[in-house]
Amino acid sequence: MIELYVLLGLMIAGAIIAIEVKNLLSAVVAVGIVGLGLSIIFLLLKAPDVALTQIVVEIAAVILLIRATLHRDIALKPCGSRPFGGFLAILFLGLAVLAGALTFSGGLNPFGSPLMTVSEFYPMNAVAGTGAVNVVSSVILDYRAYDTLGEATVLFTAVVGVLTVMRSKGKKKEEDLQGNNE
Amino acid sequence: MSKEHEHGMSVIVKTVTRLTVGLIFLYGMYIVLHGHITPGGGFAGGVIIALSFINLDLAFGGKVSGKVFSKGGTSLVEALGAVMFLALALMGLQYGGFFDNFLHPDGEPGDLVSAGIIPLENIAISLKVGAGLFGIFLTLIVLQKFESEKKQ
Repeated sequence: MIELYVLLGLMIAGAIIAIEVKNLLSAVVAVGIVGLGLSIIFLLLKAPDVALTQIVVEIAAVILLIRATLHRDIALKPCGSRPFGGFLAILFLGLAVLAGALTFSGGLNPFGSPLMTVSEFYPMNAVAGTGAVNVVSSVILDYRAYDTLGEATVLFTAVVGVLTVMRSKGKKKEEDLQGNNE
Repeated sequence: MSKEHEHGMSVIVKTVTRLTVGLIFLYGMYIVLHGHITPGGGFAGGVIIALSFINLDLAFGGKVSGKVFSKGGTSLVEALGAVMFLALALMGLQYGGFFDNFLHPDGEPGDLVSAGIIPLENIAISLKVGAGLFGIFLTLIVLQKFESEKKQ
């Protein structure tokens, strides 16, 4: 279990570095540390499906971030300070801690052995019920296929949004805009 | 963007990419097709397939995989995957309900051809995810690069 906490500490350090560092490339690499550490944690917690998905998505995200942000002039503007900002942050953090303490005051299951009341059904019956040896696959594509449909819809909407915002057809050209301004 | 990015990276990178990109693509296909037997599935396999195309783009410059896969092509394949997934769900209505596993009796558990419609759903999701991610990559990076070239 000690390696889990080492990885967690590394991820927190990576997240803090990603926020604080001024160089964009260093920030992206630090974000990559967080994602890769998370995938190793998934592997240690015996969730290879999620670990595989996490590592490939993280690699794609880091490539996209590096190629999309590097060589761009992105000015770092210091944001204006808000009145009562620190007070509000402490207030909401305290409320969250209070709600958590009230919710979990009855005691939690130990880490790594979650409450299994509904999900007990799936490991017992999945192979006979669907014929898929990979129980995770049988859950996400058979028992809970609605979830997968929703996830696919989310991704579809994201792609449509990106293709719409970044389209080249139908946009006014820069010269036209300058001509209108003059 | 510097000059070397337009024409790809060095000879070493190009050679290594030429040797490995097929293996990466095959690994993605394996992850997709064995999604109901081993860890993985349509989402992870689709991302790996998209990464093999991204690998080509990064190593050889933006115009290489554009010949294989245009932006419109990725949109088409992505929509095809979504329609295939929905069609599989709707075909279940005839047998019992939305997402009914109507092919289930075929095949032994553990075989490649087993688990009914789950492998087919994996293939549909891999088409959707892979083409969608590669389309985003093309839109955000390759086409923007062309635009900045035109400005110069």
